[in-house]
Amino acid sequence: MAVTTMIGAKIHRREDPRLITGRGRYVDDMKLNGMLHVGFVRSPYGHARIRSIDVTDAAKAPGVVAVYTARDFEGLLQGEMPVTISFVPDKKQPIGWAFIAKDEARYHGEIVAVVLAREKSQAADATALVSVDFEPLPAVVDLDKAVESKSPTAHTGIPDNVAWDMTVGAGDVDAAFADADVVVKQRILQQRLFPIAMEGRAVLVEYVPFDNRLTMWTSSQVPHWVRLCLTLAMGIPESNIRIVAPDVGGGFGSKIHIYPEEYLAAAASKLSGRPIKWTEGRSENLQATHHGRAQIFDIEIAAKKDGTLLGYKVRQYVDTGAYVSVFSSFQCSAYAIAEGAYDLKNVKFQTVGILTNTTPTDAYRGAGRPEATHAIERGIDLVAREIGMDPVEIRRKNFSKFPHSNYLGFAYDTGDYDKALTKALATVGYDAFRQQQKELRAKGRYLGIGLSTWIEVCGFGPSAVTAANEPLALVESSSVRLHPTGSATVYVGTSPHGQGHATTFAQIAADTLGLPYDAIDVRTSDTGDTPFGYGTYGSRSLHVGGSAVLMSCRKVVDKARKLAAHMLEASEEDVAFDQGRFYVKGSPDKAKTMGEVAFAAHRDNLPEGMEHGLEAVTYYDPPDLSWPFGTHICVVEVDPETGAVDLQRYVAIDDCGNVINPMIVEGQVQGGVAQGIAQALFEEVIHDAETGQLRTGTLLDYSIPGTGEIPVIECDRTITPSTTNPLGAKGIGEAGTIAASPAVINAICDALSPLGIKHVDMPASPDRLWKQIQEARAHANGSKEAHQ
Amino acid sequence: MKHKVSTTVNGSRHEHEVESRLLLVHYLRDEVGLTGTHIGCDTSQCGACTILVDGKAVKSCTMFAVQAEGKELTTIEGMAKDGVLHPLQQAFWDEHGLQCGYCTPGFIMAAAYLLSQNPNPTEDEIRRGLEGNLCRCTGYVNIVKSVQAAAKTMGGAKAKTGEQQAATRRA
Ligand code: FES
Ligand code: FES
Repeated sequence: MAVTTMIGAKIHRREDPRLITGRGRYVDDMKLNGMLHVGFVRSPYGHARIRSIDVTDAAKAPGVVAVYTARDFEGLLQGEMPVTISFVPDKKQPIGWAFIAKDEARYHGEIVAVVLAREKSQAADATALVSVDFEPLPAVVDLDKAVESKSPTAHTGIPDNVAWDMTVGAGDVDAAFADADVVVKQRILQQRLFPIAMEGRAVLVEYVPFDNRLTMWTSSQVPHWVRLCLTLAMGIPESNIRIVAPDVGGGFGSKIHIYPEEYLAAAASKLSGRPIKWTEGRSENLQATHHGRAQIFDIEIAAKKDGTLLGYKVRQYVDTGAYVSVFSSFQCSAYAIAEGAYDLKNVKFQTVGILTNTTPTDAYRGAGRPEATHAIERGIDLVAREIGMDPVEIRRKNFSKFPHSNYLGFAYDTGDYDKALTKALATVGYDAFRQQQKELRAKGRYLGIGLSTWIEVCGFGPSAVTAANEPLALVESSSVRLHPTGSATVYVGTSPHGQGHATTFAQIAADTLGLPYDAIDVRTSDTGDTPFGYGTYGSRSLHVGGSAVLMSCRKVVDKARKLAAHMLEASEEDVAFDQGRFYVKGSPDKAKTMGEVAFAAHRDNLPEGMEHGLEAVTYYDPPDLSWPFGTHICVVEVDPETGAVDLQRYVAIDDCGNVINPMIVEGQVQGGVAQGIAQALFEEVIHDAETGQLRTGTLLDYSIPGTGEIPVIECDRTITPSTTNPLGAKGIGEAGTIAASPAVINAICDALSPLGIKHVDMPASPDRLWKQIQEARAHANGSKEAHQ
Repeated sequence: MKHKVSTTVNGSRHEHEVESRLLLVHYLRDEVGLTGTHIGCDTSQCGACTILVDGKAVKSCTMFAVQAEGKELTTIEGMAKDGVLHPLQQAFWDEHGLQCGYCTPGFIMAAAYLLSQNPNPTEDEIRRGLEGNLCRCTGYVNIVKSVQAAAKTMGGAKAKTGEQQAATRRA
């Protein structure tokens, strides 16, 4: 490869100028002539039978053009919503998820009717006039109750609420527990969260009859998946469908799913013969866009007195909501990193998917990996507390050494966990803090420090890994085309929503092709011109998609070298390529630039047998996954009188291998950490336990942290290149979220340890902490009195 | 019933007939055709819709269009002048103050008002001044840095845009 000048440089994002001047184009910014607005009528109940629907009044309302119910879509939309079940081989029951509810609605927010009107406000008004005769049914909400044999079922007519029940494991877990000096057990709640991309979902779709063509602009992370799913549901050839994800205002996993609204809007355009637009309102978003987490972990860890971890048992309850959503089962990936950064070979992991009458859950930033990390990072702290060992020491004692394969036999690419830990401890000043903590404790102040020595698995998914379950390879594609005058267009299959792909991929292409950065255009997110790709999620776009860009550029250089040799009248082996110049080794002054070669490739006088043009396509299937890691440390002070947590410091030392753009990497970490802190301290979705109705139904009831709640996040890194992709990169999009919640909660538990508090659940809100502090004090007084 | 409303948006006069219930943010996006002002919620929490109304930061989803009669409105589209970015825009770009960019116009407008009132804010004052705006991508660290950087280039009280000078005069 040429000497790199762009890779690794802090290049300002080329996406930004339009976004900072108000010239971004999100779906809601677009209009088509003759378009109608769609309003969705949704179930206000967690679980209800639909006795009848009367649309008479709505159909007569001003501006209304049509009102549709399930029957109208029959024959137009085939089958059901797709589910990727490959992660769950022993899936118990396939759960049908219709595009629109017909006889039974199973969560608050499920669509039962569709209104089309000329104005958006008219569509909204008319949805209120659709009269649905609902008969409320018992709603399933609580997970422990849902698995009891006498529980009502979330779907009428299914035998129980278990969507899947799978156990994986290795080693001799029973022997490990029998040999243990200590066993700690803990139930750890993973509260339900709203992903809340600041831009909700939105769809603009036009079906052109006779041509049988469909064009859709949708706020999605996965335009090629949307096209695939619409083809299957509507029977329109994939070649006649074009999906565009224009500027997308965040996703965090919530725009991976192909939603009922996308299918119904497309079908409504076909039914009505008009373009259709839908923009989700925020309160609608909270009901209708999938939720995240909603899990319960019951863990047991066996250890020796000296801190050696011996065995680990986990039971993960996943609240799937009313249906198993497309990537819902990916949350089981918690099992893939169950034991975290520690060498622990006796592990048993059971995952149970449980159906409830709530909004379906699916991947939310990290999806399974934050939950697994929270469990093991809390667990190791509980063991440390039990045996009176420092949390740093117990981690060092148990860190996996490389080369390393985990309990399931996954071989980790690279890692040096102690290096990141050491750097983080030095940054935060760990020993000095412990001293200060001691002094302040004596004065009645509750300071604490929490560690999270996290790891992650990402780069999904090499066929070598996924093939065991299903013949599915989540490859990524690129096509690189040089133009006659020496600029290049790079088309990629993956699709960004704030990650800066256009900048990062241009950096890779510029260096590899030896062209100026500004001569590279990167095109994404339009199935009309980009090759098939699986999209952006799971921290995979650089590892898989970035590598695809690199490989295509290399192919272009290979052909260009042949042509340059011809132009230089030399043999190919004698031609060197450096900084965009081809020359005969030893005479760098007589060179042909990549631009000149591109021009020649479009003219006469090519070497015998060579075709015109200079372009290449790659579908990159990485040989294996990548395993980023790092150490996050949080320092808090808890006010025992109010339960308020003051986040005093947050240090993040991460290792994502080679870095293409350090500024973007740091931004990803900071944003991810903020979302982890949000879970640790602030956010919680609540459904009514009886009716399944959403009680946190607006942003007034759900506390997203603002500028006042997130501290400065001090970022730095160590660099341990990956060996499973040619860039040496590892994913970083989810790292912050994976790492942060246990760092914060471990710090709080450390702060409150003098009160005997060992575990705190999330969100660690002031009222929850205050109650726990009161109970702990009452308990301490009680036992003091008992001793007297 | 429709009402006549005339406003000045980024220096140009606009006249429309609007429904009384039309929110100012919808007026800007759908009637005037300026879509840089975004909508992120329906309970006035997120600040994505923040604009300047006579120089003062206002969440444009909290006002009816008819209430803007006769007012001077500045939106994100009015910040860059003569092909030159406003120092806040430049700073958000330089400091990586945005990722998906959806919240960004609201933050820039709120920050413009903040700096018009307090040209040299401390980090704390910036955080307090922007607490009406939500961002889900950045964790706010670089947003705060962007505002600090802009305050620096704007040289404190010295260099202010016309709108901000007007705002200070009126305040
Ligand atoms: S849209 Fe105005 S505050 Fe959210
Ligand atoms: S940059 Fe995406 S919400 Fe702020």
